[in-house]
Amino acid sequence: MANSEQEILAGLAEIVSEETGLPTESVLPEKSFTDDLDIDSLSMMTIVTLAEEKFDVRIPDDEVKNLVTVGDAVSFIAKAQA
Amino acid sequence: MTRPTLTQATGAAHSRILGIGAARGENVVTNDDISGPINSSDEWIQQRTGIITRRRAGAETDVLDLSEAAARQAIAAAGLTGSDIDAVILSTVTYFEQTPAGAAVLADRLGATPAAAYDISAACAGYCYGIGQADALVRSGAAHHVLVIGAEKMSAFIDPTDRSISFLLGDGAGAAVVGPSDFAGIGPTIWGSDGSRAKAVGQTHTWLELRDNPELGWPTLRQDGQSVFKWAAFEMPKIAQQALDAAGVTADQIQAFVPHQANMRIIDQMAKQLHLPASVVIGRDIADTGNTSSASIPLATDRLLQEGAVKSGDLALQIGFGAGLVYAAQVVVLP
Repeated sequence: MANSEQEILAGLAEIVSEETGLPTESVLPEKSFTDDLDIDSLSMMTIVTLAEEKFDVRIPDDEVKNLVTVGDAVSFIAKAQA
Repeated sequence: MTRPTLTQATGAAHSRILGIGAARGENVVTNDDISGPINSSDEWIQQRTGIITRRRAGAETDVLDLSEAAARQAIAAAGLTGSDIDAVILSTVTYFEQTPAGAAVLADRLGATPAAAYDISAACAGYCYGIGQADALVRSGAAHHVLVIGAEKMSAFIDPTDRSISFLLGDGAGAAVVGPSDFAGIGPTIWGSDGSRAKAVGQTHTWLELRDNPELGWPTLRQDGQSVFKWAAFEMPKIAQQALDAAGVTADQIQAFVPHQANMRIIDQMAKQLHLPASVVIGRDIADTGNTSSASIPLATDRLLQEGAVKSGDLALQIGFGAGLVYAAQVVVLP
């Protein structure tokens, strides 16, 4: 079932928090995974994989580099679910 | 004339690992030693890989030297001599002679002539491929005592400026002797491949391309680190779980988990995905040996045994995975 963008953001924030230890409130759409949240490439792949499972979508490996901000990831997941 | 009935071989009811041995490159290489050409640091390498130092062999030491040292230990630990070995399986991607196979030369050095001897190319899964084959050879009657070696001189296959894999790599060899047993000592091997992803890890160009265009220089290893990480950390635990299921044991019944020592981050994520209880000891030899491809599992296993973290008779889940892509996993009783 498709989730709202708000639900996707909340779910993604939980995954990011679990992987990085950052509070979920800090995972905001405008935040850059790399520059703001200090997430390295391996943690990013972990987050992507857990998001695929949680939201039942496929995020191709070569798409990951385009997911610069949290908002990019939310939009991608929302579109993939549509 | 009626066709005569052929005799077919029958082997031992069970097989197990009778002894293992280990040899590491003689030089300790620190992160500071190699961080310059990749514009990196000790901190960055440790955080990304868990590697503090790696072991590399000197110019005079080749993959057969490492193999021989590990094999002699394994044969002695099994209570055997070279002449008791009737099959030698050498897993390596760093024996730089197309033919003859390194295994035959090694068998001769060990006094194992006329053992059947062949090399296998299954990269970081090669040791588990070899154990699976050895188990089958012993139980089919094709061989009685099989020597399996995973040996690599990865330092001969690196580009110091490569940030994808070279800085992870180390040199070493691990060996195991597999023979008949009065109990089941090797669980079913779960193995496979995905050649559609051959480009994910491999050499920069082929030997023929080098011949035709010498300016390309010596081929070295490269990987798509993120893609390989995802496959290893999240798909390989499913294979490991299948190996547990096939052996009829659960995660809380094993004493050790010894995955290929690719990257500490992969090892940690695999352990998490497998929901291993805290009682299971995890092989983490990568921290000061580096990634030694097909040698890494027997090296890590030998270390756990030497340090007393596990003991003879304990159950270990082992899984190798790498270039191919290929993978293999099985549960074994430790010698």
